[in-house]
Amino acid sequence: MSYEERLQHVSVLGAAGKMGSGILLLTAVEMADISMKPENKGKPFVLNAIDVSDEALAGVMKYLKAQVLKLAEKKVVGLRKVYADRADLIDNDEIIDQYIFDVISLVRTTTRLEATYNSTMIFEAIKEDPEMKIDIFSKISANNPNQPWFFTNTSSIPITKLDEGAGLKGRIVGFHFYNPPAVQKLVEIIKAEHTLPEVDAFARQYAKNLRKVVVPSHDKAGFIGNGHFMRDILHATAEVDKLSKEFSFAEAVYALNKISQDYLVRPMGIFQLIDYVGVDVCSFIMSVMNPYLPNEDLHSPLLDKFLALGVKGGQYSDGSQKDGILKYEKGRPVAIYDPGKKDYVAMSEFQSKVDEKLGTMPVPPAWKSVVGNKSKDEILQSYFIQLKSATGLGAELSKAYATRSCAIGKQLISSGVAMNENDVNTVLLTGFFHAYGPINSYLN
Amino acid sequence: MRRKVYMIAGYNTLSMGTGRKEFSPKKERPGLEDYIKEAGQGTLKQIGGAKNVDECVIGNFMASRFNRQANLAAFFPYVDEGLRYKPAIRVEGACATGGLALMSGIKSVLAETAEVVLVIGVEVQNTVKAIYCADYLAGAGWFKNRKAGHAYFFPGQFSDRAGSYFEKYGRDKTRLALARWFRNAIENARLCPTAQEYHNTVEDLEELGLMEPNGKAFIDNLNVFDCSKVSDGASAIAIVSEEGLKRCGIPASEAVEVKGWGQIEEDITKPPVDPTELSTTKEAVKKALATAGITRDQIGTAEIHDCFTIAGLMCMEAIGFAEKGKGADFILEGNTARNGRVPINTTGGLIGWGHPTGGTGVHQAVTILEQLTGKAGDAQVEIPADRPFGLTVNMGGDDKSLVSIVYKKGA
Repeated sequence: MSYEERLQHVSVLGAAGKMGSGILLLTAVEMADISMKPENKGKPFVLNAIDVSDEALAGVMKYLKAQVLKLAEKKVVGLRKVYADRADLIDNDEIIDQYIFDVISLVRTTTRLEATYNSTMIFEAIKEDPEMKIDIFSKISANNPNQPWFFTNTSSIPITKLDEGAGLKGRIVGFHFYNPPAVQKLVEIIKAEHTLPEVDAFARQYAKNLRKVVVPSHDKAGFIGNGHFMRDILHATAEVDKLSKEFSFAEAVYALNKISQDYLVRPMGIFQLIDYVGVDVCSFIMSVMNPYLPNEDLHSPLLDKFLALGVKGGQYSDGSQKDGILKYEKGRPVAIYDPGKKDYVAMSEFQSKVDEKLGTMPVPPAWKSVVGNKSKDEILQSYFIQLKSATGLGAELSKAYATRSCAIGKQLISSGVAMNENDVNTVLLTGFFHAYGPINSYLN
Repeated sequence: MRRKVYMIAGYNTLSMGTGRKEFSPKKERPGLEDYIKEAGQGTLKQIGGAKNVDECVIGNFMASRFNRQANLAAFFPYVDEGLRYKPAIRVEGACATGGLALMSGIKSVLAETAEVVLVIGVEVQNTVKAIYCADYLAGAGWFKNRKAGHAYFFPGQFSDRAGSYFEKYGRDKTRLALARWFRNAIENARLCPTAQEYHNTVEDLEELGLMEPNGKAFIDNLNVFDCSKVSDGASAIAIVSEEGLKRCGIPASEAVEVKGWGQIEEDITKPPVDPTELSTTKEAVKKALATAGITRDQIGTAEIHDCFTIAGLMCMEAIGFAEKGKGADFILEGNTARNGRVPINTTGGLIGWGHPTGGTGVHQAVTILEQLTGKAGDAQVEIPADRPFGLTVNMGGDDKSLVSIVYKKGA
């Protein structure tokens, strides 16, 4: 079965979710582009968008339409050639409308798992629950005569466990998109112990066609991205604990969020990133990874505490940020949740006091002005030289943060998750939009 | 000419669009009617009000699609109640619309049906994204060619012309000249507060201008800096007789006199005779110079139709400033710069000031009026005594509708 034939019958599980809808979009576009090749005219292409509720699926088509519109506007130069034989399509808007229709026509939304039984490809982006995944994969495998291939978007569960649990005999690969899949350039490809070479080859071809940056990761829980992120969280929460003598809880969270954003020159602070991903998702990922890490306790009582209080973060369906550990106004943090008070404390109440306690700091370059800047290496080098010689609480916290981030990166290599330093840095640069990789010599 | 014709009281709104600090695609912006009103009132204020106006002309290319609005002549009474029940007309000739509006006003004065004609040119194009704008502007070409044309239709046409020119006369030097053209345009625009590129702060403009074209995302032989932008804007001017000057209380020394023109058309259904030259432009300029009784060597400054840098270069050859194939040298030697032999597009032209399509021809006249009467502010260039003439070249479509006018300061 060729690459194109395999993409004639596809299902996306969890298609209404944040990741699933993005995977649905990218796959729909890839399938549509294949279906429009002259040699494929007349062949059926089917993409099942499967999720548990009709309510959730109702929003998916709207999302698809808006996203395909944006994409079509960008690639209309090529689309005019695709529709060259359609005399009725003259203006760009007519061509764009037709393309949207052609992409969306492939997609069938359904809540019935049976729809997967004709598929040759299954993309899975459901809850990070190994038992649930194994159960569904087994069901599909038993009822589908096509020996379908499974691409799982898990960010933390070892693929070998899923392969063996569902008896897939290597018809599975980890294909981990970053959020949101339509925008983020990075995918981690994770081969299970017995992943078939043709499945791996297909994954690489598919990633290439989607113009993704591929980083291979070994099949160790959490892979590279979450392997770094989760440990980064634990470093931050440990520092918050340490600061509890001189700072209130909200003050300490504010300090660490500021350190990890401004002074580490990152796109957002660590607590904002937890909210962005979701407190529940972060906690869940840790719980999935932890059993596979014998020498480490990857667990955050603080996240548990927030969850027990119903503080979850995450995003609204329009992509805007829900309140979580931080409270947001127009997307910017303005207050911090104090679990003792069970309420948010406005940052304005303590901001200047905490800033003063952090001490005099070198002025960091803004992340926005560095990322994508040709001379970013020099800019960062000169900033970190100043940081290195700076003293005071803020400087020490910043240096400790950067040093720990570097150590986590190196640990991912020594523990056999990442192949090399470059892969670790690529994941943080591409998947997390960092301005520089964690493994660097800025502070040496 | 049977009587003297002057132009006075020019007014330009901002050329609004990407590049202006005030512009945000998400924010609500002034509408077509606001631009018409601002420009119209700007000129009326200088000529003693609507009571002095006999006739009105409005030039607009494609409001029917950009703004879903036609019947634009009926906006004159909205500009000023004093224009109610006065004759008005709307003219259209793609990007030469402004030039045709001027011609319509000139002819009214010559026909002695009017002593004072208020002329406005306007286009409000940021109502749609550039990719849809391209469809609307494609109306300047033959519709039967649209299907086979590029997504960005006109950039595609001029990219093809650039490709032919590169092939015949060499790519590298020509691209350098196009980058220089871009730099001159932006540097001039920085001196004119209404220009779309007034806020441009890029240091190395030629490096930017030399960006390699990308045919996959845009067009093969030109980059975005070679193209004029999408603009909202309007310009107004009054066209008057000697009697009209008196009525408005403006001395001839604050006016420019129309000395000659070439207003011609070429067959829209036909491809260019020679893609490496603007044959119709050449003919129009020749006619304008002949009717004015001057040679091109008497021109002190010119406003020409650089919808694309390559059109600017080819126009230098069409006017005869440079020999065929020598346009790049002419530009690279600095002749077109503001301190060069013939300063071209002294407030930025279409690339730098902006290109609100139906307004451009009128904007060119306003700039010439300001330059020849010493009122161009920071953008003022020196007009040599032995070369006192100003020239405009306004082109519609791919070298199809042409208006070229020769001006001299009134005396």
